[in-house]
Amino acid sequence: MNENQKYDKLKAIISTYLPDDVSVDDIQMNSHFINELNINSAHLVDIVLDVEDEFDIMLENEDMEQMQTVKDALEIIDAKLA
Amino acid sequence: MSNRVVITGLGVCAPNGIGLDEFTASMQEGISGIRYVPQLKELNFSCQIASKPIVNDAVLNKYFNSLELKGLQSTGIIYGVIAGSQAWSDAGLHPSEENRPDWDSGVVFGSGTLGVDKFHEAIHNIDKGQVRRLGSTAVAQTMSSGISAFLGGKLGCGNQVTSNSSACSTGTEALLMGYERIKNGQAKRMLVGSTSDSGPYVWGGFDALRILPRTYNNQPEKASRPMSASAAGLVPGSGAGALVLESLESALQRGANIYAEVLGGHVNSGGQRGEGSMTAPNSESVQRCIAQAVSNAGIETNDIDTINGHLTATTKDPVEISNWSQALGRSGKDFPFINSFKGHFGHCLAASGSIELVASILQMRENKFFGTVNCEDLHPEIEKWVHPSKIPTQTMDYSVQVLAKASFGFGDVNACTIFKRF
Repeated sequence: MNENQKYDKLKAIISTYLPDDVSVDDIQMNSHFINELNINSAHLVDIVLDVEDEFDIMLENEDMEQMQTVKDALEIIDAKLA
Repeated sequence: MSNRVVITGLGVCAPNGIGLDEFTASMQEGISGIRYVPQLKELNFSCQIASKPIVNDAVLNKYFNSLELKGLQSTGIIYGVIAGSQAWSDAGLHPSEENRPDWDSGVVFGSGTLGVDKFHEAIHNIDKGQVRRLGSTAVAQTMSSGISAFLGGKLGCGNQVTSNSSACSTGTEALLMGYERIKNGQAKRMLVGSTSDSGPYVWGGFDALRILPRTYNNQPEKASRPMSASAAGLVPGSGAGALVLESLESALQRGANIYAEVLGGHVNSGGQRGEGSMTAPNSESVQRCIAQAVSNAGIETNDIDTINGHLTATTKDPVEISNWSQALGRSGKDFPFINSFKGHFGHCLAASGSIELVASILQMRENKFFGTVNCEDLHPEIEKWVHPSKIPTQTMDYSVQVLAKASFGFGDVNACTIFKRF
C-alpha cells in the first residue's frame, strides 16, 4: 500500500464524520480534525475504530491523543504498519 | 399566570402505520399491526406474535442523515425521532437556527427501556474485554433520556429536555408534564410523547410473566381482544407517538392548526397497597385518578362523551370498566362511548399512551369514533356496567366533544387526561 492509497482510505473514513457544512474537498494533509474539519470530538473515537478495522492495526490511547491532524493520523498508521 | 394549552402537532410511528395518513386509515378500517415473528419461535417464546413499525430505508433516510444512522441500533430512538420530527413539522415548526437554541421550546419524551439491542452488543464487547471497541454512541443510545436528547438536538430546543418513565403510563404522563410546564408559563411549546424499543429482549420478561396470549400464533390479527370474553392476554408491541403542545396564545399568534385543547388531568399511584401491587392496580387509586382529572379539567363527569381506555386485553379489562363507571357515576346507556386501540396494535408498552393519544385526537380531526377490534364477544362482566351500544366494534361518524384518556402501568401508577374539541 503506497502513501496515496493510505491517504485515500483515510479520507474515505473521515468523510463519514464530516458535518454538513464541510465537504470532502476540505480535507487536506494539515487539516485539524476538530478545529478545521469541525468533527465532533466524540467521533474521533469512531475514526480510530474505523482506522483499526481498515488497516488491521490497534491504536493505543496515547496514539489517539496525538492524532490531531490528518498528517498525524497517517504517521501513526505508518508507524503501526512498519 | 395560567395559560390555556392546545395541541398543534401530531406524529406517529406505529405498527399499523407510519405518519398520520397511513395510521388514520388503519385505525379507521381496523387494520392490524400485529404479526407473527419467526425469531420469537426460534427463541422458544410462548407468544410468537408482536407488533412493531415497519421502518424501511426510505423512511430512515428521511429522518436521519448517514452519520446518525451509523451504528444506530436503538429502535426506540428510531421510532421516537420519526414520530417527534413528524409532530414538529405537522405543527408548522422548524428546527431552530444553527447557533441559537429555541429557549421557549422543550421536550418531554419518555421510554421504558432504551437501546436494548445496542446494549446487547456493548455487553458482548465488554465481556470479551473489548470495552474500547464500543464506539462513541453506546451511552447516547442506551441512556433513558436518549430519545429526548436526540430530539432536543435535532430541533434545537432550549427549554427543559427530559425523559420520564412510568411503565405503560409513560406517554400519558409525558403529556401532562408538558401541559403543566406551558400552563405555568415556563415554556411556550413542548414536544411530548413516548417510545418503546422492539424485540425479544424487551418482550421476553412479559412472556416469562405468562401474561401474553399463547394460542393465537397462527392468527396474529385476532390475538389482541380488548373487552372481549375471550381476551387471552396482551400482545407486546413497540413504536412511538408524539404531540406538540403549545400555549393558546402562541398557537393563535402563529396561526397554527389546533387539534384540541388539553383541559387538564391527573397522575397518581395506588402505592401498591390493598389490591394494588407491582403488576396490578388498586381500583380505588384508579377511580381517584379519573375523578381528580375531571375535577382538574374543570368539567362535570356528564360532559365526557368519549373515553379511550387502557384496556390491555387481559382478563382484567372488566375491572377497568367498572372503575370508569364508578369514577364517573355513569353506567348502561348513560356511559360515554368507549374504545381500546390495543386490538389494532397490541400493547406498545411505554409507547402505548402516546400512540393511543395520537389516535384519540385524530378522531376529532376525522369526525369519527374508531371501533374496537376483536371485541364482538363482549365480556359479560362489562355488560353489567356498560350497554353494548356504547362499545362500537366498527368505526362510526361521530363528533367527539370531550374525551378522557387514561393509561395505567406497572408500579401501580395511573395517568388520566381530558381533552376538548377546539
